Amino acid sequence: MKIALFVTCVNDTLFPQTGRAVVSLLERLGHEAVFPEAQTCCGQMHLNTGYPKQALPMVESFTRAFSGYEAVVAPSGSCAAMVREWHAKLAARQGRPGLARRAEELAPRVYELSELLVDVLGVTDVGASFPHRVTYHPTCHSLRMLKIGDRPLRLLRQVRGIDLVDLPDAAECCGFGGTFALKNSDVSAAMCADKVASVKATGAEVLCAADNSCLMHIGGSLSRQRSGVRVMHLAEILASTREGERA
Amino acid sequence: MTMPTYLGMPSFPEAARKAVADTRLRGNLAHATGTIRDRRAKAVAELDDWLELRESAKQIKDHTLAHLGHYLRLLEEKVTAAGGTVHWARDADEANALITRLVRETGETEVVKVKSMATQEIGLNEALAKAGIAAYETDLAELIVQLGHDRPSHILVPAIHKNRAEIREIFRREMPSAPEDLTDDPSALADAARLHLRERFLAAKVAVSGANFAIAETGTVLVVESEGNGRMCLTLPETLITVMGIEKVLPTVRDLEVFLQVLPRSSTAERMNPYTSAWTGVYEGDGPRNFHLVLLDNGRTRVRDDEIGRQALRCIRCSACLNVCPVYARAGGHAYGSPYPGPIGAILSPQLRGIGSEVDASLPFASSLCGACYEVCPVAIDIPEVLVHLRAEVVKKPVERMVMGAAGWALRSPVRLKAAQRAASAGRGFARRLRYPRAWADTRDLPVPPVQSFRAWWRNTHDDRT
Repeated sequence: MKIALFVTCVNDTLFPQTGRAVVSLLERLGHEAVFPEAQTCCGQMHLNTGYPKQALPMVESFTRAFSGYEAVVAPSGSCAAMVREWHAKLAARQGRPGLARRAEELAPRVYELSELLVDVLGVTDVGASFPHRVTYHPTCHSLRMLKIGDRPLRLLRQVRGIDLVDLPDAAECCGFGGTFALKNSDVSAAMCADKVASVKATGAEVLCAADNSCLMHIGGSLSRQRSGVRVMHLAEILASTREGERA
Repeated sequence: MTMPTYLGMPSFPEAARKAVADTRLRGNLAHATGTIRDRRAKAVAELDDWLELRESAKQIKDHTLAHLGHYLRLLEEKVTAAGGTVHWARDADEANALITRLVRETGETEVVKVKSMATQEIGLNEALAKAGIAAYETDLAELIVQLGHDRPSHILVPAIHKNRAEIREIFRREMPSAPEDLTDDPSALADAARLHLRERFLAAKVAVSGANFAIAETGTVLVVESEGNGRMCLTLPETLITVMGIEKVLPTVRDLEVFLQVLPRSSTAERMNPYTSAWTGVYEGDGPRNFHLVLLDNGRTRVRDDEIGRQALRCIRCSACLNVCPVYARAGGHAYGSPYPGPIGAILSPQLRGIGSEVDASLPFASSLCGACYEVCPVAIDIPEVLVHLRAEVVKKPVERMVMGAAGWALRSPVRLKAAQRAASAGRGFARRLRYPRAWADTRDLPVPPVQSFRAWWRNTHDDRT
């Protein structure tokens, strides 16, 4: 199957290893990954910070870049949720019915990584190997907007050698929230501190999630505290193989 | 549109900073909200048709709001026919002046109160005090707040920020009838409060209450509470003045079937509410002889005009959203600068009051948009959606507008995004040492930009495709 990768602007710019992991994972499963170079950003930061008009050109460029594809995958629950839950609504509210229609037509073909693997490609065992103690944080938008449920855990459970441990109060928000982390930095840091304490209590070496922006926040704090816990995107663990050729 | 006691509140982030540093407060809140949260989840899980109930509650409210004028006029007609008097108040000042006049006409200088959000919203106690009328709160938690010269910090549990040791101190200090050897045992505290309140109830000639629901087809008003103190207020005095936001009206008695299921399970995690008082006008020889119903607008009509914001008027004040909110649990209720704290307050206060003050302009941003509030809301208010909607209304600082404008410009075009990524990669060494913005870097390391963006890697490895 030919799958278009919406790598997201954050991954493209700061976490390219996640995009590379998605490509290598899909290729290993016998699919073709393509990267439409016209893509940029889903517009979430602008919408959620109160700039819906400025988000509209991104809805437009996203729709143009991906309309021709049968399936689009985003290694980010938050960006996939923005596209699926908001693009058409935003275009309609900004008086762009034509764009709203095109966005609505595209939305159901946009998947978060674990949705693509489990629901579309029908795999839970992706042949990965990762012999480490891992705990998984379900990010808010993947959980409550996309409702991806336990799909990431079902994928992780099939990984060879993994020691998957439950994260206490897993569904609690980590406190990132985009510009919330800056505008309400004290509350954000307090939420993060509690999340970090939960992560440390598991004794995990690796904290995994399906969103690098949340991981950037929790990981930034784990690293500041010299906790020794690494953060890794779900795609990177699923791309890991016994030969150690991490994408 | 005024909430007098909250004038001059600092912005949410500023008020929250103090609360976050108060470890005792955070402990009290985390313990209390965590307990209610788990119990609510169990109570809701018992019902197979919870989602259908939720959808019904939402639709009944939306229908009523769409025909609000009709149902309010019907309510007025029925209450009047049953011997009550209906008053209409456009805003807080009008309501306060009216209620003050009604109390004065009785010749009394004291009133007992059932806990009421609407009277807190208009600052009734303060208005009455100015007119020389003392208002005594009789809800246990509200009493604790009043005796402590404090403000409520939770819709359902106004004294949630206090633990029992602190409550004992307040009673010992402020309650003349409290025994010398009062302990912080919950039942001892409740006994002391009961003794104190009985005297108030037996002496009171006038009561002021709020209302949870009012039924248009019959003119019946309902108060839902857990202690029985409300029922004392509603039945013992000669005059009862009920203040009710206009969005509380329901079309028919049958609609209660839905709301008397979703409200207790969402708020106190009970299957059925302990004290549900319902009355229709006045009754010969039983209960108050005079009944006044004050229908309060105070910004609600304007909220109703906003297609996205109006869903906030579905709220039945259950406080489930507060109990699941990670921001509320850390910042506490006072930081919201309004009798309506938590997620619902963050969308209700700026809409009712307008986004004029510092605190109201900051409230739409007092959320990480995690969506836990929407998930538990029994009337399906999409709080994150309304927050995002209100964020667009807030006038932004010029610096922020500039940064967002520049980011938008770069993110609209792959060519410009690529140029920005090249600049970031070139500045890696510099970025590694960066300690700004401090709002981020004080507690978190910044990510170091990679040598190569994904885009550049793709070009090098897969250039023949796409």
